[in-house]
Amino acid sequence: MFKKILLAIDGSKHSERATEKAIELAKLQDSASIEMLYVVAGNKSKSDVLHYGDSDTASLKRKRLLADYKEMIEAENISTDTTVLHGKDGTAEAIIAHANEHDYDVLVLGSRGLNTMQTMVLGSVSHKVVKYVKAPVLMVK
Amino acid sequence: MTTIEKIKNEWFSNVKGDVLAGMVVALALIPEAIAFSIIAGVDPMVGLYASFSIAVIISFVGGRPGMISAATGAMALLMITLVADHGLEYLLAATILTGILQILFGVFKLAKLMKFVPRSVMIGFVNALAILIFTSQLQHFVNETWVMYALVALTLVIIYILPRFTKAVPSTLVAIVVVTALAIMMNFGVRTVGDMGALPDTLPVFLIPNIPLNFETLAIIFPYSLALAMVGILESLLTASIVDDMTDTDSDKNKESRGQGIANVATGFVGGMAGCAMIGQSVINVKSGGTGRLSALVAGVFLMFLIIVLGNWVVQIPMAALAGVMIMVSIGTFDWSSVTNIHKIPRTDAIVMVTVVGTVVYTHDLAIGVFAGVILSAIFFAWKLSQVKIEEHYSMKMKTMTYEVHGQLFFASVQDFVTQLDYELDAKHVILDLSNAHLWDDSAVGALDKIEHKYGLRNITVEITGLNKESSQLMEKIGGLSKASGH
Repeated sequence: MFKKILLAIDGSKHSERATEKAIELAKLQDSASIEMLYVVAGNKSKSDVLHYGDSDTASLKRKRLLADYKEMIEAENISTDTTVLHGKDGTAEAIIAHANEHDYDVLVLGSRGLNTMQTMVLGSVSHKVVKYVKAPVLMVK
Repeated sequence: MTTIEKIKNEWFSNVKGDVLAGMVVALALIPEAIAFSIIAGVDPMVGLYASFSIAVIISFVGGRPGMISAATGAMALLMITLVADHGLEYLLAATILTGILQILFGVFKLAKLMKFVPRSVMIGFVNALAILIFTSQLQHFVNETWVMYALVALTLVIIYILPRFTKAVPSTLVAIVVVTALAIMMNFGVRTVGDMGALPDTLPVFLIPNIPLNFETLAIIFPYSLALAMVGILESLLTASIVDDMTDTDSDKNKESRGQGIANVATGFVGGMAGCAMIGQSVINVKSGGTGRLSALVAGVFLMFLIIVLGNWVVQIPMAALAGVMIMVSIGTFDWSSVTNIHKIPRTDAIVMVTVVGTVVYTHDLAIGVFAGVILSAIFFAWKLSQVKIEEHYSMKMKTMTYEVHGQLFFASVQDFVTQLDYELDAKHVILDLSNAHLWDDSAVGALDKIEHKYGLRNITVEITGLNKESSQLMEKIGGLSKASGH
């Protein structure tokens, strides 16, 4: 049923819950795999480089951040790999493009929980993703 | 990779993306180049020539393909007093000297010096820059009617809300076009770009700044050039790292420094003001699909083309629209996460960041702010390092006291270290265990001599154990000297 699972991660608490749900989904099926997707949008590059000093260090921090989720998944004997997308105009657009270019059975993502004002200016990632991704989407609150 | 393959890769591997992104950037550069000229106190022409010349030249000689350089706010803010006191010709000369200093910086491979600028200083730098760009716009609001305020508000609403519906056209461009059209049709009579000075109607030409070539001139421009060179390199290398991260590729920072220098020298000779890399524009470029050298070239050429063809329309842009765009630039420049996370970062880092911002806002000089931040960080660092911890282990039977020393022994820490020891001990023997300590300088060795001497007066012998290799080498070198000459 859900064999190829795409898991979008932003490193927040919501990602952790989304990962748990993705693992539950994967366990329903023999030899299911989870691909973790992390998007470095333009402004994320700016603040990461400012706070970590340079691009190499920022990449290392991201790798470490993703390693926690990888561990969670591998602890359940589920195969997993990681995709990091750079320089994209908007997180939602990058997730949508990646999900639709490849063949996934389901996309799992956490909801950021922005307030009304933030949603108005930034736009809701999950809303756009649910609307435009062709595969079924599991949004974890 | 052969040279030809490399050139092909850097220039023509992404032609469509680079051309489109370059055109988007050109449109975004025009209002900023004009606004930064006005900040510096020169005609919009000076900033537009600079943006054209820097973008075009850096596309050939820069070290970071995909990065956009042009006239910038950080540099414009440093020029204000030079232009006010001495005029445009001195600014052009200062621009050339800035370039020469930057070329030297690149040739001597000083990009590695950047590691002495702590992150908290860089964050303070961008935040201070954002605040100065914002406050520089306030002059346009003085003695204005509500019409001007409404136009600024309209500009900002379009800029921020339009991308929610479409990202096909840059929202700043739409905002400028709408507000300009509205101002012309309704005949509001608000101040426009045309009121602020001349726009170019020809391509720039080569000219030598009309200044006396003597020591007095050098004394005037050198401090400005030094500050400009430093700030330019700082912002350019920061931007290069951001573009590295956005494209997941590496870049040559020394080549970039040299390239910035070449671009500024050339720009001074064609009547433009000094510039550097731009974070915001580079982010726009990469997001729009520009990753190669071609996009900066297209941005520069297309900007000049637009100004020469559409100059009559550009002069009609209301200052209100420009102020709105600059407020957006300022909001985008500010590192908001540094404010929301300020309670999470080490307190000394927060103090350094706030000090940089405070210094810059007070002096209006980014270079002084960075300098103050680096000095303060160094003081904090020395203070943190100078904390020496001592653990005591006393053996009654052996009449021996062992001091386990944890920390760095150097000029700032030894005084504290020496006074922490107890000299009125009931002991025959004192062991200084330095396994967890490190001797750094003459003062550290001197302190050990002093301790030995003080115990010696009380007939207590001192034994030093656990010296690491580097420390004992230092001790031999200096200790040998002082023993030979002194005692």
